Amino acid sequence: MNIFYLLIGASLLAALIFLAAFIWAVRTGQFDDNETPPYRMLFDDEPVEEENGNKETERLRDEETERHK
Amino acid sequence: MELQKFYYDNKIVKQFIWATLIWGMVAVIVGLWIALELAFPGVNLGLDLVTFGRLRPVHTNAIIFAFVGNGIFAGVYYSMQKLLKTRMYNDMLSAINFWGWQLIILLAAITLVLGFTTSKEYAELEWPIDILIAIVWVTFGWNMIGTIMVRRVKHIYAAIWWYLATFIGIAILHIVNSFELPVSLFKSYSVYAGAQDAVVQWWYGHNAVAFFLTTPILGLMYYYLPKAVNRPIYSYKLSIIHFWSLIFLYMWAGPHHLLYQALPGWAQALGTTFSIMLIAPSWGGMINGFLTLRGAWDRVRDSAALKFFVVGLTAYGMATFEGPMMSLKNVNAITHFTDWTIAHVHIAGMGWNGGIIFGMLYWMVPVIFRTKLWSEKLANAHFWISTLGILIYAIPLYWAAVTQWLMWREYTPEGFLAYPNFMEILTHIIPMYVARIVGGTLFLTGFVLLIINLAKTMQAGKCPNEEAAEAPALPRLGPLDLEKETVHRWLERKGIQFSIVAFIVLAIGGAVEIIPMVFIKSNIPTIEAVTPYTPLELEGRDIYIREGCYTCHSQVVRPFRWETDRYGEYSKIGEFVYDHPYQWGSRRTGPDLARAGNMSGPMYKNAAWHFNHFMDPQKMNENSIMPRYPWLGANTIKAKTIPSKIRVMQKLGVPYPEGYDQQAVDDLREQAEIIAADLKASGIDIPADREMIAVIAYLHKLGRDISQPAAADSAEKELPPVVLPVAQADLDAGKENYMKICAVCHGPEGKGIPPAFPDLTDREWIHGGSPEAVAHSIREGSPAKGMIAYKSQLPEAQILQLAAYILQTLNTASDEDRQ
Repeated sequence: MNIFYLLIGASLLAALIFLAAFIWAVRTGQFDDNETPPYRMLFDDEPVEEENGNKETERLRDEETERHK
Repeated sequence: MELQKFYYDNKIVKQFIWATLIWGMVAVIVGLWIALELAFPGVNLGLDLVTFGRLRPVHTNAIIFAFVGNGIFAGVYYSMQKLLKTRMYNDMLSAINFWGWQLIILLAAITLVLGFTTSKEYAELEWPIDILIAIVWVTFGWNMIGTIMVRRVKHIYAAIWWYLATFIGIAILHIVNSFELPVSLFKSYSVYAGAQDAVVQWWYGHNAVAFFLTTPILGLMYYYLPKAVNRPIYSYKLSIIHFWSLIFLYMWAGPHHLLYQALPGWAQALGTTFSIMLIAPSWGGMINGFLTLRGAWDRVRDSAALKFFVVGLTAYGMATFEGPMMSLKNVNAITHFTDWTIAHVHIAGMGWNGGIIFGMLYWMVPVIFRTKLWSEKLANAHFWISTLGILIYAIPLYWAAVTQWLMWREYTPEGFLAYPNFMEILTHIIPMYVARIVGGTLFLTGFVLLIINLAKTMQAGKCPNEEAAEAPALPRLGPLDLEKETVHRWLERKGIQFSIVAFIVLAIGGAVEIIPMVFIKSNIPTIEAVTPYTPLELEGRDIYIREGCYTCHSQVVRPFRWETDRYGEYSKIGEFVYDHPYQWGSRRTGPDLARAGNMSGPMYKNAAWHFNHFMDPQKMNENSIMPRYPWLGANTIKAKTIPSKIRVMQKLGVPYPEGYDQQAVDDLREQAEIIAADLKASGIDIPADREMIAVIAYLHKLGRDISQPAAADSAEKELPPVVLPVAQADLDAGKENYMKICAVCHGPEGKGIPPAFPDLTDREWIHGGSPEAVAHSIREGSPAKGMIAYKSQLPEAQILQLAAYILQTLNTASDEDRQ
């Protein structure tokens, strides 16, 4: 049943990735504040009224795309 | 800080919502159809495309990947954008994710119906689709991680962690489990064999439940429940703790699917231990969800969305308690292979997955369409119909499971199985199968109400594809600027992207290199008598896989007396070394077939019986629910692919002699001729090139290698005299057993189907018609001809009653006249 080497390896790999993610999260302060995030997610921004036409929409979309690069 | 204006992508969310609704309904309809097939086999229509074995994988895959999958994507694409205050990373990736996933679903439906399957449960899709899944899945992860990188909110809310775990978990599982060597575009063999294949499969199967049906749904729960009730989650800390513990524990619980099967004991113990530990983080999620509703239960009364969340959490709590309990070896001994498993997964699927996704949709659709739900009343009707449907579905199946475990294990005071005929037990369960159809119909009705309600809501509202929003920018580092930062800092920032790309490349590359070398070589034959499948048997096995026989028949006998008495010798790891893929199955709607080829065992049936049974199971067994397989008698064996199949098997380490691929077709024909001649002797005319011949060859291979040769005919010996009982009570008892056991072959009136199944009513007796000879025939059977020895199934008194019934009631010839 050599297959267990593979499966334990794969499971450990997953565990290591999760561990790395956990360490990253702790070190970047993801868990420093456990009070405000559950409240903050409840507030969605009011929909912004659209005074601009399609051109403006497209321009902003392009800007966003640019920002994502 | 600078206020940035941007647009949320609502279009992708709408697309996924519609995909969820449409595919969800298709999946439930297919489920209802196969439920009908189990209760009324005529619904199989005698048509290969829609038999139970082909449609069940369609149902399971459609529910998991089409309904729940699209529901997850809809929920993730909406909540990620809102939580991180940014548009999704890349519209093109979103589109590939959406259209790619729908293409996979479409291909899956078509190929599964056509019988292209790997037969590994919930991973049935063949290799080209597996590759497509990997590509689309990576696209999804890339898009998600990209979105995190460009977020405008520093904190990554709990829900997103669950989404990330989903991506990573499924990526690893899918890649490891899908290693198969292609024979042709739509046929491949798993690189793992037998017990090893089973372990990989259930490591995958269990974790697919974890990372596809649990983690993403918990993520959805953490976003949509607080939103719907407009309260923060009860404990954010608990959400973090139970997230990390759950994802670390889940990966190790897989072996609990293989308890008491051919698997090392330590692996079984490991699976059980981790399963029990999983109760804690699982219930952490349930408790966190329920307590979020504290002080707001009045709102549950008025909101269908919240009601669905409550039922979802309840079902989650039930299923995650029930699951660990079922992983205890002593509990598993009785629940495994029964309908308990089916009830368990439907509580989780309909209750938990369905509940959270329905709740999410009822909240989300009105919000993005900026209107109210069209009819809260209709939604409540959906809720009650659906919940009732779940109960009416599950309770009969639990009942059926209890019936199965009691009757499978029941012994008479004399020490024989009380119900040696598997059919008799199944007959008791059919009413439960009818009842569950009612449950499924209710669930489907609810689903229709959901679609009507949401369609009307969408009609009433307006949802721009681009939703304008504003948010302050998050300070973010641009491209590498050596003057401002060190290379190391930059690498660190890009580290996540790099590591993911590197991981995928390494995982695939490494696995391709390593797996064939290390793991195939370890399939060293340990039982000398076990030989590779002959080309004909291999072909029969592929047909067995194509028809999805594994959905109802297991091929592994556990080491319990009540299993070895019913099926034969218990299974050993060494028996399966040539099984690519393994065929242990997970459910016994029909009897286990691991010993179907053991001539001296209780499961053996001769070729003529199999032929008649495949053509019309109900003719052989009135109450049978097996579909008819008439096409096996009409389709011809595709001999052209045999050489490449042999070559692939050789690559996988199956020791066919070198150059055997050239000889394989001849060997196949030769063996087929023998079986065809055997059938001809029984009065059945079928050309030797038919698929039926191959399947019979395969069934006769099962368990044959480790069985004892059939005992030599001892009819020559002087038989001890017997005195047949004459009392009416004895004849009645004999008749009862006759109907249960003998009628399967010899017919209810004893007419049989000569010459394969001799007529018991005439004056001709092959093995003698004296009371002594008839009793002897029942006692010792005639294994070579397909009649098993009943001395291991019935006490002597009952054998004599049977002989009395046959000779005195059924047989019309006079005592002197019988030959």
